[in-house]
Amino acid sequence: MSGLAMPRSDEKTLARRAEIVAALRGIVPGEGVVETVNEMRAFESDGLTAYRQLPLVVVLPETVEQVSHILKYCGEHGIKVVPRGSGTSLSGGALPLEDAVLLVMSRFNRILEIDYPNRVAVVQPGVTNLGITIAVQEDGFYYAPDPSSQIACSIGGNVAENSGGVHCLKYGLTANNVLGIEMAMMNGDVIRLGGKHLDAEGYDLLGIMTGSEGLLGVVTEVTVRLLKKPDMARALLIGFPSNEEAGQCVADIIAAGIIPGGMEMMDGPAIRAAEAFVHAGYPLDVEALLIVELDGCEAEIDHLIGVVEKIAIGNGSITCRISQSDEERLAFWAGRKAAFPAVGRISPDYYCMDGTIPRKQLPRVLAGMRQLSEQYGLRVANVFHAGDGNLHPLILYDANNPGELEKAEAFGADILRLCVKVGGVLTGEHGVGVEKRDLMPEMFNETDLDQQMRVKCAFDPEHLLNPGKVFPQLRRCAELGRMHIHQGKMPFPDIPRF
Amino acid sequence: MPVTVFTPTSSEDVLSAVHSALAEEAPLEIVGHGTKRGIGQAVQTAHTLNLSGLVGVTLYEPEELVLSAKAGTALAAIEQLLAEHRQELAFEPMDYGPLFGGAAGSGTIGGTLAANLSGPRRIRAGAARDHILGIHAVSGRGEAFKSGGRVVKNVTGYDLSKAMAGSWGTLAIVTDLTFKVLPAAEAETTLAIRGLTDDRAANAMAHAMGSSAEVSGAAHLPLLVAGSVAAGLLAGDAATLLRIEGVPPSVAFRVSRLKDLLKAAGAMQEIAGEESRRLWRDIRDCVPFSDEKDRAKPLWRVSMAPSDGHRMVDALRREAPVNTFYDWQGGLIWLMMEADPEAATLRSLIRRHGGGHATLIRATASQRAAIPVFEPQSASLAQLSARLKEQFDPKSILNPGRMGF
Repeated sequence: MSGLAMPRSDEKTLARRAEIVAALRGIVPGEGVVETVNEMRAFESDGLTAYRQLPLVVVLPETVEQVSHILKYCGEHGIKVVPRGSGTSLSGGALPLEDAVLLVMSRFNRILEIDYPNRVAVVQPGVTNLGITIAVQEDGFYYAPDPSSQIACSIGGNVAENSGGVHCLKYGLTANNVLGIEMAMMNGDVIRLGGKHLDAEGYDLLGIMTGSEGLLGVVTEVTVRLLKKPDMARALLIGFPSNEEAGQCVADIIAAGIIPGGMEMMDGPAIRAAEAFVHAGYPLDVEALLIVELDGCEAEIDHLIGVVEKIAIGNGSITCRISQSDEERLAFWAGRKAAFPAVGRISPDYYCMDGTIPRKQLPRVLAGMRQLSEQYGLRVANVFHAGDGNLHPLILYDANNPGELEKAEAFGADILRLCVKVGGVLTGEHGVGVEKRDLMPEMFNETDLDQQMRVKCAFDPEHLLNPGKVFPQLRRCAELGRMHIHQGKMPFPDIPRF
Repeated sequence: MPVTVFTPTSSEDVLSAVHSALAEEAPLEIVGHGTKRGIGQAVQTAHTLNLSGLVGVTLYEPEELVLSAKAGTALAAIEQLLAEHRQELAFEPMDYGPLFGGAAGSGTIGGTLAANLSGPRRIRAGAARDHILGIHAVSGRGEAFKSGGRVVKNVTGYDLSKAMAGSWGTLAIVTDLTFKVLPAAEAETTLAIRGLTDDRAANAMAHAMGSSAEVSGAAHLPLLVAGSVAAGLLAGDAATLLRIEGVPPSVAFRVSRLKDLLKAAGAMQEIAGEESRRLWRDIRDCVPFSDEKDRAKPLWRVSMAPSDGHRMVDALRREAPVNTFYDWQGGLIWLMMEADPEAATLRSLIRRHGGGHATLIRATASQRAAIPVFEPQSASLAQLSARLKEQFDPKSILNPGRMGF
């Protein structure tokens, strides 16, 4: 895409390709090594399709031993490795490198154990997010994090990205729903972090691994928490004349002590695109639409629906519909869930952003976006996880118009800068990957980034695992390790002592 | 060399303290109120860095569910401020003070993260690690850095805030913390089932937790312990406790559902409101084993899969005299040994019963010197932990040895 610099390819590795392929065939027999250009095409990009690159070779191991041997071999020979799950990353986290082995975990697709007394499932990393819920739903259980790609995305990838979803306001992110992992490291070591017990021992390496975007280790097994499905859920569909009132309604719901199962917001352009696409019955005379879903026992929902309705009316809602059946509730959601393809219908291309802001900054950020929209001459529609401040602006553009993709990217970068400026962050759930890599200095200074890279050095001192992602500039671990001791200072000159 | 205590009042002070410690090659013991100072391998340093002067809530926005404070801020002060807005730290941080003979209500927000505190609600709401949003810290390299932010949804860079959870001050000195806060429940009721053996209690708790009653606390107090919480309220028989929290109509509905579900389990009683709160506070703070007469007895905190806990305890009882009670549906086991710590026996039984880990919370100085306080790790995991420590604190000047390295 637009001038993104990836680490320089290692000529020596490229020259040794045949030898590397042979070595990988020695580790993974049969069809587990893919090396022809035609077959490797399927792996050349992830969910961020504007970026494409053929890998050196693709390997699909089936056992933990194979993963460990591949990493050990690559580690010993200085060969880069890019791990990949289902390849649904929206930030280019699984983008191949020309001189790197692409390690695809999709054959790890078995559920190993379901343990209802402890309410956990032990699964291989290639199992899809939804696959876990499907395996336990007949018994009334589910796995809570539900990223919108849940039908395809793998649980290993969810750990790498700390995936969220609509329900994470109440039920937490991946980090809050994973109790243990097994992982292979670049030196071939296989270690277990946590397990079925609730507190992992020692340093919170599980916390570091979750959201580390495949730069620290390759997850080979995951132990997730299962939750009992709530008795029922009902939703309110509330329309407002402006984003300000909708935003205030969200704040008031939370201030009233209510944490809904889901709380989503759409702006005018997103509402109209969704309604034109799925005919969900959304009101078209509103500028902001809220979906508030309450789940739990009937007594609780009946009570809370009344409270939320009152808050909505108090904030000047134009329409407020309460779902009377599960069909109606799902109809409320149909438009929201189809928002991306709906926007895809009104524009040849769209670019999905993912910043998080303190909720109260929403009016300011939306106003800023309107201004940027005029400045760049590109339209933008917004869907918003309103409860937790996670914003998904969809920038509409046409890649066939020369320069428009670059313009969309610049627009997106400006939106993320604005998010950081108001106290938010660059990415809420899509990850940094390659997409937002060069924006990291907007949020972190050099010292902050150096300390993050030092964590990388503890796991992968040669920077062989997924290089070129997350960090704008890789520094060698030896250089990062150097210390500058401030000599000649009086000990504790200004500090009160007693 | 006499021990020097430094009490910084700003993060700049902390930074210069670390610079000086590096220049002098003189390690620092990092403390807040010192309520958990007895936990971990003993730290012997020339200097102590006392953070209790680094105080103040710097941001609290109830509608945004976020609170920031300096590390030395009293946890009790934060909890009181939150209570005024009907909010709380949902992970219910335990107060270790009374176990070591200290007053209740002490401890800092920095120590809360450093020890990754939690409480009975751990089974639903997680621990401090699940609620920390961002930090500012000074590493053992003498560099001030930040991680995370003030929003819940954030995957920008590695989560170094979580890395601080349970690191006992051995990686960096956290100076500022931002936590997610949540609304406090309007009402709570505890259902007590009386007279269950440990194994039947484990079944009842698993049954309750696997229902849609949304149980937010599941503990079992065997006969010997039941009388020592909530001023003797439960004396006379074992008590298996299930807590329901929420809006009043929901609590009433779910309690009746739970009673129905467990009606065959045994005799039941309901404990509501302030009595219920007091009961869970006592369980949270391990009050049954805080008595002065017991303070010389070794105390273990064991974490296992909830359904494995009672089996391990049953096997341990055949080997050594022990007093025990369970929280987290049986997954948190407090074990007070009547004589020796029996570390090797206990740890081997944990391995044999599905795995987990044991921390020697309270013991004499000589026991703490002889026994690994934290669960020994596999060679490759221990090496990784040591490498992580080195990346934050290469000269080992922050709480050296506290976690065994």
